[in-house]
Amino acid sequence: MSYNAALTDLIIKMADDELIQGHRNSEWTGLGPVMEEDIAFSSMAQDKIGHAWALYRILHENLEGKDPDKFAFHRPEKDFKCSHLVEMPNEEYGFSLMRHFLFDHAEAIRYESLVDSSFEPFRMLSKKVKGELKYHTLHANAWIMQLSQAGEESYQRMQEVLNNTMALAAGIFEASPEYENILVTEKVYPGEAALYQRWLDRIYPILVKASLNLPDIKTITPAYGGRQGIHTPYLQPLLKEMGEVFNLDTEASW
Amino acid sequence: MSQTITIASVYESLEHVMDPEIPVLSVIDLGMITGVELEEGAVHVKMIPTFAACPAVSYIQQRIKTVLEQELDIAVTVTVDKQAHWQSNRMTAAAKEKLQNFGIAPPQLLAGEVHAEILLAVPCPHCGSKETYLRSPFGSTLCRAIHFCKSCGQVFEQFKPLE
Repeated sequence: MSYNAALTDLIIKMADDELIQGHRNSEWTGLGPVMEEDIAFSSMAQDKIGHAWALYRILHENLEGKDPDKFAFHRPEKDFKCSHLVEMPNEEYGFSLMRHFLFDHAEAIRYESLVDSSFEPFRMLSKKVKGELKYHTLHANAWIMQLSQAGEESYQRMQEVLNNTMALAAGIFEASPEYENILVTEKVYPGEAALYQRWLDRIYPILVKASLNLPDIKTITPAYGGRQGIHTPYLQPLLKEMGEVFNLDTEASW
Repeated sequence: MSQTITIASVYESLEHVMDPEIPVLSVIDLGMITGVELEEGAVHVKMIPTFAACPAVSYIQQRIKTVLEQELDIAVTVTVDKQAHWQSNRMTAAAKEKLQNFGIAPPQLLAGEVHAEILLAVPCPHCGSKETYLRSPFGSTLCRAIHFCKSCGQVFEQFKPLE
């Protein structure tokens, strides 16, 4: 049924974003610039991977999907539907922070919209996740504000990283050419175009407070492709590392 | 079955199942139990985790099963209740006092959604001062935030309010 196929597609996109972003967050464990940030990124990694697991479980239980662990760790790269934004290496802290700010607000918007979804498992999960995400966006906002007001060099670096990350972040909202209409018509969610607009409206006042300039949206070419299984060269090495232990023995019981 | 098992006796036993991360609180104190059903020769307990990604969920489920089977001598099944979600308002007043005495500031009662201001001026569990600020919304476990008390100069943790 195309309705189930459309739902499956949407859930895989959301879950893969959470899983890969969670993995990237976990790479700060032990390396954070200050201890609180080490703890924060590690905690957010745990949250993200937990949310990915909850989504994979919906696939498994409601849509005849595979076992969540096998699905997460035992898939070829082309079957992943994560956005290019989450695939990018952490690089310096400024990029990680800006990605966290842009990504978590996008997620918050998405889960808030799912509170009214026609798909019951989304309604149940979104109530839980949207509350937890409050702490992610609170954390991101506080650091965006602090670093943008921490002197000339700091401000310039924040503006630069915002300019360089917007196209990647806009790629989160890549709609499926096959399924978007069904999902919107069936009121599963409001659709990527609506979420994109709500996201811009949400981040704009925070950036203004931080005196950062949102790049002109019309000049941006969103980094699409991830949702169709076309990825950056950074995903494959991440998948290999992430599944290293699991793939030693896929039948082992942990 | 050597004794008559009632819903009340199941709840009493559940008070003996402690949280692995905060050992002074039981699963009842935390408001993690959403239902108890008695079936023929078996008890079914429904529970919810505090945070979705709580790594202790399966451990807590196992502890509930072990403790109840030992104390009540009956087969026990424990499932995660998908119809309910945990909010910090589910925590009992007694639990908040125990938390405070354990050195962790309890979550404030939420009237609506969580907003940034609610994390300011959290009373210090050591000296009671409200001259405190949020140092980080993430702490040693998913459910805790880190605050700093300007009066006694100590860092302390708070169990985060969750809507």
